[in-house]
Amino acid sequence: MARIMVVTSGKGGVGKTTTAAAFGMGLALRGYKTAVIDFDVGLRNLDLIMGCERRVVYDFVNVISGDANLNQALIRDKRCHQLYVLPASQTKDKEALTLEGVGRVLEAMGKDFDYILCDSPAGIEHGANMAMYYADDALVVTNPEVSSVRDSDRMLGILSSKSRRAENGDEPIREFLLLTRYNPVRVASGDMLSVEDVQEILALELLGVIPESEAVLNASNSGVPVILDETSHAGQAYADLVSRYLGEDLPHRFLDVPKKGLFGRLFKG
Amino acid sequence: MNLLGYFKNKNKKTSASVAKERLQILVAHERAARNGPSYLPQLQMELLDVVRKYVKVDQEAITVSVGQEGNQEILELNVTLPESE
Ligand SMILES: Nc1ncnc2c1ncn2[C@@H]1O[C@H](COP(=O)(O)OP(=O)(O)OP(=O)(O)O)[C@@H](O)[C@H]1O
Ligand SMILES: [Mg+2]
Repeated sequence: MARIMVVTSGKGGVGKTTTAAAFGMGLALRGYKTAVIDFDVGLRNLDLIMGCERRVVYDFVNVISGDANLNQALIRDKRCHQLYVLPASQTKDKEALTLEGVGRVLEAMGKDFDYILCDSPAGIEHGANMAMYYADDALVVTNPEVSSVRDSDRMLGILSSKSRRAENGDEPIREFLLLTRYNPVRVASGDMLSVEDVQEILALELLGVIPESEAVLNASNSGVPVILDETSHAGQAYADLVSRYLGEDLPHRFLDVPKKGLFGRLFKG
Repeated sequence: MNLLGYFKNKNKKTSASVAKERLQILVAHERAARNGPSYLPQLQMELLDVVRKYVKVDQEAITVSVGQEGNQEILELNVTLPESE
């Protein structure tokens, strides 16, 4: 039975889709059969970030409504055959996803996959609820910034009260914190909340810290999950994230201001 | 930390530490409201009305929260009165 993970945040634009693409690719590269589902109905984007936008024929809603079967809708990644993408529908009907329908598709996929990642839309409404309802694990993507931290905390409240596990009184969803767009220079100068600050406020297990990095934009531009850019810090941080999730005990990297030579230090503003 | 940052930190709180304090208070508040009984907001409004019969206070002057002490649930009511003129 597949383990279902929701990538969620409350606040928009914090890096959920970037993370879902990288994390999905990372799990698949380790040999796990992985599917990433785009829950952002009307604002399909995961396909672009994964670089499979021209191969989309059917989508999640088509599968739910029975207009297509799973095999027709799932797009197999060309770089890693263990990875599949289920694109979001572009319908304007935000209620096109139903709990019953989503449950049916996840159930069917569960027999065949090791991991299913649900890329949540922003907000705390219908779409976000659909994405998190069946989750076993939650990756709460947070930026070191006041509104993102607050929204993450609200999402934690929802995870612990409105999910299937909560409603059935099962073991609660395992919640993990992923801090993204971290800028050590701004943290050192006191302009940005630090890892410790955010962790102290949210009291969650920290699974990773992804630095703010130009590599992310470049990766999106070319439709390559940033984890494949092994030379970039962001790519390496995502690889660490996958290792930690799979049980390895790794120290967090890229938390400190990069050391400059004497010359750089003398002329630092 | 660079020299400039050092002096800045000495003189006043950094904006990150202000953010942290504000968040700590807010998150604690919202968690309490989330886990507390659903009548809490209504209770808070009605208490505010009662207090306002006697003193002029702001909306924020009253906080109601439910906490746990041992196996007792404690309803905590805080009213900040305005400074007397
Ligand atoms: N570590 C990072 N460094 C730099 N830019 C980043 C990083 N992570 C994400 N971004 C950028 O932030 C923007 C939003 O990212 P993304 O689309 O992944 O967020 P999202 O949470 O899925 O957004 P939405 O809520 O709209 O679905 C993108 O432009 C992306 O390139
Ligand atoms: Mg997204």
